[in-house]
Amino acid sequence: MSDSPYVSTTNACKLCTPLGAALAFRGVEGAIPFLHGSQGCATYMRRYIISHFREPMDIASSALGEKQAVFGGGPNLKKGILNVMSKYGASVVGVATTCLTETIGDDVPRLLAEFRKEFADLPLPEIVHVSTPSYSGTHMEGWHAAVAALAGQLVTQKAEPQRRVNLMPGLVSPADLRHLKDILADFGVDATILPDISDSMDRPALLDYEKLPAGGTTLADIRAMSGSLGSIECGRASHVAESAGANLERRFGVKNLRVGIPVGIRESDAFFAALEDLTGIPTPKKYQDERGRLVDAYVDGHKYVAGKRAIVYGEEDLVIAMTAFLAEIGVKPILCATGATCKNFKAQLAAVTEGLLPEPPEAREGVDFHDIAEQAADLAPDLLVGHSKGYTYAKAWNVPLMRVGFPIHDRFGGQRMRHVAYGGALELFDRLVNVVLERKQEDSAVGYGYL
Amino acid sequence: MEQAIFEERRDQIHRTGEGPFELACNRDSLAGAVSQRACVFCGSRVVLYPIADALHLVHGPIGCAVYTWDIRGALSSGPELHRLSFSTDLQEKDVIFGGEKKLKAALLELIERHKPKAAFVYATCIVGIIGDDVGAVCRDVAEKTGIPVIPVQSEGFKGNKREGYTAACKAMFTLTGTGDISDISPISINILGDFNLAGEIWIIRDYFKRMGVTTVANITGDGRVDDIRRAHGAALNVVQCSGATMELAKMMQDKYGIPFIRASYLGIEDMADSLYAVAEHFKDRDPGIMERAQQVVREELSVLLPQLGQYRKDLEGKKVAIYVGGAFKAFSLIKAFRHLGMKVVLVGSQTGTKEDYEELAAICDPGTVIVDDSNPLELSKFVKELDVDLFVGGVKERPIAHKLGVGFCDHNHERKEALEGFVGMLNFAREVHASATSPIWRFVPRREAMAKAEAAKKEAL
Repeated sequence: MSDSPYVSTTNACKLCTPLGAALAFRGVEGAIPFLHGSQGCATYMRRYIISHFREPMDIASSALGEKQAVFGGGPNLKKGILNVMSKYGASVVGVATTCLTETIGDDVPRLLAEFRKEFADLPLPEIVHVSTPSYSGTHMEGWHAAVAALAGQLVTQKAEPQRRVNLMPGLVSPADLRHLKDILADFGVDATILPDISDSMDRPALLDYEKLPAGGTTLADIRAMSGSLGSIECGRASHVAESAGANLERRFGVKNLRVGIPVGIRESDAFFAALEDLTGIPTPKKYQDERGRLVDAYVDGHKYVAGKRAIVYGEEDLVIAMTAFLAEIGVKPILCATGATCKNFKAQLAAVTEGLLPEPPEAREGVDFHDIAEQAADLAPDLLVGHSKGYTYAKAWNVPLMRVGFPIHDRFGGQRMRHVAYGGALELFDRLVNVVLERKQEDSAVGYGYL
Repeated sequence: MEQAIFEERRDQIHRTGEGPFELACNRDSLAGAVSQRACVFCGSRVVLYPIADALHLVHGPIGCAVYTWDIRGALSSGPELHRLSFSTDLQEKDVIFGGEKKLKAALLELIERHKPKAAFVYATCIVGIIGDDVGAVCRDVAEKTGIPVIPVQSEGFKGNKREGYTAACKAMFTLTGTGDISDISPISINILGDFNLAGEIWIIRDYFKRMGVTTVANITGDGRVDDIRRAHGAALNVVQCSGATMELAKMMQDKYGIPFIRASYLGIEDMADSLYAVAEHFKDRDPGIMERAQQVVREELSVLLPQLGQYRKDLEGKKVAIYVGGAFKAFSLIKAFRHLGMKVVLVGSQTGTKEDYEELAAICDPGTVIVDDSNPLELSKFVKELDVDLFVGGVKERPIAHKLGVGFCDHNHERKEALEGFVGMLNFAREVHASATSPIWRFVPRREAMAKAEAAKKEAL
C-alpha cells in the first residue's frame, strides 16, 4: 500500500476524510455540513478551510462529550439536526461521521430513520449521510464519498429526459468552477455541477451575514440528474467503491464519462471531447481559439522552462493533472507524490505522460513530506508544484514553489486561482514561466531587463 | 434578529446594566450550534506546542496532527522540532487491533531520528475509545530511550479546551523537580502562560532582565525541556492567560512552595502592573528593584505615549467587539482600547469562568453584551446590531467581521505581530488603526446602505 518505509508520519501530505465531505456538502444549495463527532473536529476543519477560502464556513457538530461517547451519540445527533433546522433553516443537512462516532458504533442511517419518524410532523430537511471515518482514506475520499452519497441518496427516481449534463468536477477552485460553468453554457446545455462551491466559498461582499450562503447545486437539479444526457466525472484516481457517476449509470442508465481534471492541453482536449460526445455539439470556436492561444504561449515560453525538474505533490487527482501539464510543456516531473493510497495512481501517471516522457515519472503514494524530503536531496529539483504545505521545504532547498490546489494559506487568492481548461492552463503556464524567470533574474549577478 | 439566539443559550448572554449579572458558562457546547470552540486535544496542544526541543507526537488519525501543523506563531530561539507535525496516522486495522504497537514503533523511530529532550504523546478521541494504554507504552519507551516520554490525556471529547490545559499542566508537572537547581538566583521567576507568539516572550524577558530578574523557565513559549525540569528552583511563578498554566502554578505551589502571581503583558497598565507586582514580590530581597521597574516603564512609555496619541485621534469613539479564547485576555484588551479612545460594546470568550465574567461585567460600560461560547449567528447579529467598527478575534471570527464590512484585528495564537509589552501596544494600535480607518469601508454594502439612508434623510428635511 504505502510507499513510505516509516511507521510514523511527519508533516502529512493529506487531510482527513470528514474535511472533504464537509467541503463537498457546502456546495449544495441550502445545505449545512454537520459532523457527527466531538466539537473540536468541526472547529479545526472550519479554521483550516477558512484560511484558504477566506469565507465563513459554518460546520455544525453534534458536540459529543464523554457521556455520549459511552452511551452513544444518537440524542446529540438528533438534537443537533433540530437545532440547525431551527436556526439555519437548512433544506439539506449533510451528516458526515468522524473517527469517534464510527468507532463507538453509532448507526447513523438507523438514527436518521428514527429521527425522520420521531419528527415526521415537522417540515424536515433532506438529510444525506456519509461514512467518513478519519482513519480510513484522505480528504479526497471524503469528498468523493459525499458526492456519491448526494447522488445516491437524493436522486431516487428517473427524471424526465433533459438536455442537461452532470459534471462532477472534483475539488477545484471556485474560479475553476466558474470557468467550467461558462464552458457548459457555451455548449448550450444546462449543467448540474455537483458539488458547486463557486458561490458559497467565494462570495461577494453583501449587506448581511448569510446563514446559508447562496449558490450551490439545487436540490431540484440534483434530483434531475437521472434524466441528464450523461455525466462527466473529473479525476483519474479511483477513490470510492462506486462514484456518483457510476451510481447514476447503474441505477438510471445515465452515461458516465470519466476524464482527468482538465489541466493542460491533452486533459482539456479529453474534457471537451467528452462534452462533444454527450451534447453532440462541436466545441465552440471560442475554446478552439483559447486552445490556439495556449499552444502559442507554450511555443513562446518553452525554452524558459525546458528541462526544469519539478517535484509535484498533493491530492492524487491534482498530482496526475499537474503532471500531465508539466510533461507537455517540457518540465520533467521527477517525483509525483501523494499522501493517499489509491490503486491506479501509478498507472494513471504513466497514461498522462505517455508519448511526452521517455518513461513514466517516479510515483510514490502514502508518503508524507518527510519521505519526499528525504528523496529530494538526491533529486535536486528546480521547482516544487503543490499546495502551501510544501513551503518550508521550498525555503529550505532554496527552490521556488508554484502553488496550486488546496490549501493555499500562505498566499492571497487561492480560491481565485484557475487551473482548468485551456484558459486555466494558460494562467498556470504564465505563472510557471514567471516563477522560473524571477528566480533567474534574482540569481543573476548583473540582472536583465529584457527577455 | 432575536432568532439568532438559541433558547438554550439565553443565559449565556448578558447585557450589562439589564438586571443583576448572571451568566451561565463552562457548559458543554450545544449540539448543532456551530460553537467557535475546539476540544481537549486543542487545549493541550496549544500549551505544550512551543516546547521546541520536545517531540510532539499526536496519537490518532491524521486530522488532529495535520490541523495543528505549525499553525501557531510560537517562535524558538533554538531548536524548531515543535514546528513539525508528527502523527501515528492510525488506520482502520490499528483501530481494530489497537494502536499500541504502532505508537511504540513510531516513538522509537522518531526519537532515534530527532534525539529530542523529551516526548509528549497526545491521546486523541479515538485512542480513548479503543483503549490504548498510552501510559504503559510511554513508560516502556522512556525506559528504552532514556528520555522522558509523557502521555497527555487529551481525548477530544472529554470536555473543552480547559480540560486540555489541565492535561498539559499535569504532563509538564512530571518534568519539574528533575533538574539541578543549585545555581539559580534568588531573584528568579518562571514565565508561565506565554507562548512567544511573534517573539513576545523575548520582549517580556528583556523587561525582567532590566529589572534584575532572572528567568529560569519559559513555560511554554520558546520552552526547553531542561528549563522546565529546573523550574521548581525559581522563586516565583508569573502566570499569564486565563487558565492555560494556572494548574501548573498551583501544583508547583503545593509541592515546592513556589508562590505565584497573575500577570498580563497586553496593554499599558497591565504590562506595568505585572512588572510592579514582580518587583513588589522581590523588594525585600532586592531593595532597588522597584526603582528599576519604574525606570523600565518610564523609558518605554516615553517612547510609546506620543505615538499612541497620533493613532487615538483617528480612533476616538469607534466601537469594538471582542471574542477571544480565554476571558483573561479580554480584560487587557478592554483597557487597551480605552487608551485608544475606543468603546468595547461586545465581549465574549470560549472558555471564561464565572469569576472571569463577573470581573468583565464590572469593568465594562453599561449596555455591553457579554457572551459565553458564542457562534457565528450570534456574533454576526450583535456586530451588526451594535454597529461595530472593529472586531478582535481569531481566524474563525475574521470572515464574520469581513463579511459584515467590519475591520478586524487578529489576536490569536497564529498572529505574526507581537502585541505584548509596550512595543506590542504600539503594534496593536497600528494594526487597529490600519484596519479601522481603511478607506475600503466606504464601499462595503453595509456602509453604502447607511450612507444612502443618511442622504435620503437629509433630502427629506
